[in-house]
Amino acid sequence: MAEILKRNKALSVSPLKASQPMGGSLACLGFDRAIPMLHGSQGCTAFAKVFFVRHFREPIPLQTTAMDQSSSVLGADENVIEGLKAIAEKSNPALIAVLTTGLAETQGADVHRNVREFRAKYPEFDHVAVVAVNTPDFTGSVETGFAATLYEIIKTLVPDRAAAGTRPGKRQRQVNVLVSPMLTPGDLEALRDLIEQFNLRPVLMPDLSDSLDGSLTDDEFSPVTIGGTPVSALATLGDAKATLVIGASLRKSGELLQEKTGVPSHYFDHLYGLQANDALIMALSEMSELPVPPRIERQRAQLQDAMLDTHFMLGQLRVAIAADPDQLNAFAHLVQGMGGEVVAAVAAANAPVLATMPVASVKIGDLEDLELIARERRAQLLIGNSHAVDSSERLGIPILRAGFPLYDIIGGYQKTWIGYRGSRQALFDLANLVINCAHEGIAVYRSPFAQKPESERQPSCH
Amino acid sequence: MKSTKDIAELLNEPACEHNKKEKSGCSKPKPGSAAGGCAFDGAQIALLPIADVAHIVHGPIACAGSSWDNRGTRSSGSELYRIGMTTDLTEQDVVMGRSEKRLFHAIKQAIDSYNPPAVFVYNTCVPALVGDDLNAVCKEAGERWGVPVVPIDCAGFYGTKNLGNRIAGDAMVQHVIGTRDPDPLPPGLERPGFKIHDVNLVGEYNIAGEFWHVLPLLDEMGLRVLCTLSGDARFREVQTMHKAEVNMMVCSKAMVNVARRLNKEYGTPWFEGSFYGITDTSQALRDFAKAIDDPDLSARTEAIIAREEARIHAALAPWRERLHGKRVLLFTGGVKSWSVISALQDLGMVVVATGTKKSTEEDKARIRELMGEDTLMIEDGSPRALLKVVRDYKADILIAGGRNMYTALKARIPFLDINQEREFGYAGYEGMLELVRQLALTLESPVWEAVRKPAPWRKRNTADERQAPSPAGEGWGEENTNKQNALFNHPHPNLLPMGEGTRLAATAG
Repeated sequence: MAEILKRNKALSVSPLKASQPMGGSLACLGFDRAIPMLHGSQGCTAFAKVFFVRHFREPIPLQTTAMDQSSSVLGADENVIEGLKAIAEKSNPALIAVLTTGLAETQGADVHRNVREFRAKYPEFDHVAVVAVNTPDFTGSVETGFAATLYEIIKTLVPDRAAAGTRPGKRQRQVNVLVSPMLTPGDLEALRDLIEQFNLRPVLMPDLSDSLDGSLTDDEFSPVTIGGTPVSALATLGDAKATLVIGASLRKSGELLQEKTGVPSHYFDHLYGLQANDALIMALSEMSELPVPPRIERQRAQLQDAMLDTHFMLGQLRVAIAADPDQLNAFAHLVQGMGGEVVAAVAAANAPVLATMPVASVKIGDLEDLELIARERRAQLLIGNSHAVDSSERLGIPILRAGFPLYDIIGGYQKTWIGYRGSRQALFDLANLVINCAHEGIAVYRSPFAQKPESERQPSCH
Repeated sequence: MKSTKDIAELLNEPACEHNKKEKSGCSKPKPGSAAGGCAFDGAQIALLPIADVAHIVHGPIACAGSSWDNRGTRSSGSELYRIGMTTDLTEQDVVMGRSEKRLFHAIKQAIDSYNPPAVFVYNTCVPALVGDDLNAVCKEAGERWGVPVVPIDCAGFYGTKNLGNRIAGDAMVQHVIGTRDPDPLPPGLERPGFKIHDVNLVGEYNIAGEFWHVLPLLDEMGLRVLCTLSGDARFREVQTMHKAEVNMMVCSKAMVNVARRLNKEYGTPWFEGSFYGITDTSQALRDFAKAIDDPDLSARTEAIIAREEARIHAALAPWRERLHGKRVLLFTGGVKSWSVISALQDLGMVVVATGTKKSTEEDKARIRELMGEDTLMIEDGSPRALLKVVRDYKADILIAGGRNMYTALKARIPFLDINQEREFGYAGYEGMLELVRQLALTLESPVWEAVRKPAPWRKRNTADERQAPSPAGEGWGEENTNKQNALFNHPHPNLLPMGEGTRLAATAG
């Protein structure tokens, strides 16, 4: 059980946190022919767009209600309604997510009412799914905004069992998979592959591996996402055999889905390391009533071997981690499972999972907090996003890049961390950083008596 | 090429205990069941740490190509030794007899590009066999380019790695030592009651910089190390080794001929010692003081020992509790078994068995003294034999050379690397702290439980319920069906106890 150290300073320095609307947008971007619309001033969207473009190196569909001075003061209901109409008319999307910002929430906007008004006023766009989510940036972080949006999508778009006549297990091989934003497109591909090896058909929600995986398409330009979970798939979730919920932040969404459909949810806080993946594979094997394929057993044995090979480098290693709660928790388990010590754990926002972490305390804070704690507790390695690179340089220790955003490397979004294979590569990467950068060698000693060549002699201090 | 007579002379090492038993010198390799390096390997390993020398391997690529830049030895200055140089002989060179010419030009190129104070040329099998006159080429090149060029005639087929160590030492005595007198002491270092004495260390390689744990203490005692052969050494230091008042022989067999010949030719006394463990480190410091007749030095030494022992005992106290009673199987290569035994016993650990393949008769006597008469001494270092001992003696950890690391890991047994490729220095008082840290790191690691536990889906099948083999010995018995059934969980057949590997292969087929 970890003690949660709340924010205790006025100024946030080198922020770790990205906003809820960002998380909400990301969740929306994992659906096919979707587009998020941020209800706020234009800047909210512009910054978010740049953030995503730098991370994914993809064009990002993102719209804004473009609140200006008068709508901010006099009410912006029209902005939402007309904004929805404009997008529906121009881009013919399958899904629009209206995500509030701090500005809209402070103003007192009621986006849920706005959506009802839009429906009443423009019935011709009834085929366009619209979901409104409260995601003010003055609470939470990417992770909570993402979870809130997924929750609203399930609430609004997944039909109740009684009304739709769905039946759990009607689709014998279908498995619903709710995935937290800590899973990269690369992770999602790996997860899909694992599930398919048990002859099951996964419906990933949201599926960023199909929309933001960096593939070239035939369309030259699209104002909405190309790829992602089809909105039509939402109607089938109630027929699935089971739901896998990956990430502690999605527990509520998993519970809601089970409540609405009766499909049993299975919860996994993360998929980093041997134990977590054993639980997943075990569940898949039971669900599919198939034995574990030899290929997966082989990968498990490879991970075990990697654990042995890397425990020399990772044992007793003092690690500092900064991330959103789900990923922080995942890395903490991975590191501690190798005999390393998490000496600094900083989360962008609070979440119930943090209190369960296997560390003494978790700081809710920024990268300055991370830097101070890491320095005080002599961390030897840092895990964090690209913003933390400067911290690692000031600390003089290596960094493993993970999380949001990763703008100073190519392909960070494609890195696979989960599964036996992803975990194995993560251990290799960590160990290589230790070998190449963090190994504390014995300090050179030069004897004042020594007969070293003239060029090597240092002025004696005797 | 060395004649049979030259080799026989090198093998006849009066200072070596084996010498009394058989005239063939040390153990001869058996085709089909040999392990370890060749004479070239031994010579290169012994001299490569001389940091500012250009080390040229004369031969086709296999010799240098697979061995350069492969040591943990560290330098405080010049890094030239890290650069691999070889004549990389081609078929044309060999067939047309052009290898001598290539060597001659190679020496020039090394001198032109890197301006080293000396060039060492290591002979290998192919040029030795085709009859290259290494000595003549080196002599001619040295005269032509005005830089000492030292031939090290160490073709692999001459014999074992140990013979190579001696060839290397022999070359130093013959060509380098005694070619320069030591620098005068820098003014102001000596003062009344603090006289500085010159000493050498032979067979100390500064692995991972571990000698830097010890050197400050020698400085404090007032000992000037003229040269460490060969850790962090420079050519100009090796040249002056003949002027030491005493030599310490750090490794029991490598280059013992250097100490003996320096004694014979220059009358320098020598003693054997080790810097592994508290007891041995203190003993080595005392032996220096004893060999040099200087009451001030003796008093200083005792004060330093008292201070350092108190300090390190305090620092080790918390670790001692964590390691107390843990059982160790020790199988060392170059590092003396008995010196590590005392280091482990200092920590309250139990050494259940030790390898003695490379130990001298005297080493074995000391081991018996430390561990008791009925201690298990292992001659057979094959993976199978080692694992059997681990199982039979319920060892918690195997301490051995890096070569055996993966034997231990594949069998899911904690392991500590104690050979020359390691990245951590264990010498001196301070090195004990690193040793305990590394021991605790692997012994206490949670990965052992994780890798011994069978996959959860295997539990459902009753036949698969038994645990994977543990170092404590459970799960190795004949009745262990897990080993046959778990396709991916059992150790490699080669690592199983005698007979089981073949049985397993038959079952699988």
